[in-house]
Amino acid sequence: MLLVFTSLAIGIVFGAGLTVSEMINPARVIGFLDATGRWDPTLVFVMAGALAVTLPLFPFILRRPSPLLDGKFYLPEKSQIDRRLIFGAVIFGAGWGLAGFCPGPALAGLASGNPNVFLFVAAMVAGQWIGARTYG
Amino acid sequence: MAEANIIGGLVGGALIGLAAALLLAFNGRIAGVSGILGGLITSRELGERFWRLAFLLGLVAGAAMYRFFYGALPLQIQGDGPTLLAAGLLVGFGTRLGSGCTSGHGVCGLARLSPRSLTATMIFMIVGMATVYIAKKLF
Repeated sequence: MLLVFTSLAIGIVFGAGLTVSEMINPARVIGFLDATGRWDPTLVFVMAGALAVTLPLFPFILRRPSPLLDGKFYLPEKSQIDRRLIFGAVIFGAGWGLAGFCPGPALAGLASGNPNVFLFVAAMVAGQWIGARTYG
Repeated sequence: MAEANIIGGLVGGALIGLAAALLLAFNGRIAGVSGILGGLITSRELGERFWRLAFLLGLVAGAAMYRFFYGALPLQIQGDGPTLLAAGLLVGFGTRLGSGCTSGHGVCGLARLSPRSLTATMIFMIVGMATVYIAKKLF
């Protein structure tokens, strides 16, 4: 129960961060990806701000034997750079460049009530489902 | 070059990083939005579904609070309906196969110095830039 509460509270902080940083705005993201046009470096500052927190804190947190509210850390088990990873990143990059939405901003963007965001999220959920059914 | 939102970017980025650090410290989980969503879709355990749904609802609530205080969200849709549909399918399918997106690989994976995440992040950024370049040439 406590895990659900912390998830909700932390999700709110994450959603606020996506909004304050304007990463919720596809125009900003497309602007960043438009490297040969009117390049918008905002995303670089967002990554810098995030990594300034996570780079020092993650090793500090992971030195503990377990998280505060669970018995163990749930970390990715794969370490191999395989074709699946590369193929997936290519497909994701293409979709990201088309609409300027990645999963976090798209979900947070539902708060706008804009039906286009709902359309994107529905397609994204379908894409995840197809991926799970075909490749596991 | 377009006008960057430097302060908003740094402050918002720090909030995203803080959220990722808190989720790891309290729940022991990686704050990768595509992974959290994916687990919500495929997991059969109720407990797994609850925390994932709570996190994603929080994501929407965080943006909703901003909208409440500032009146509107900074959100300009790019592309028409069919483009958004195709993009959504690609983003969902690609993040499932590639085990992550901008938050999981870009923020958390890089902080763990994961070679997989560094590879994925470089690839989706380069392909994203190439896609924008090609789309501009075509349309």
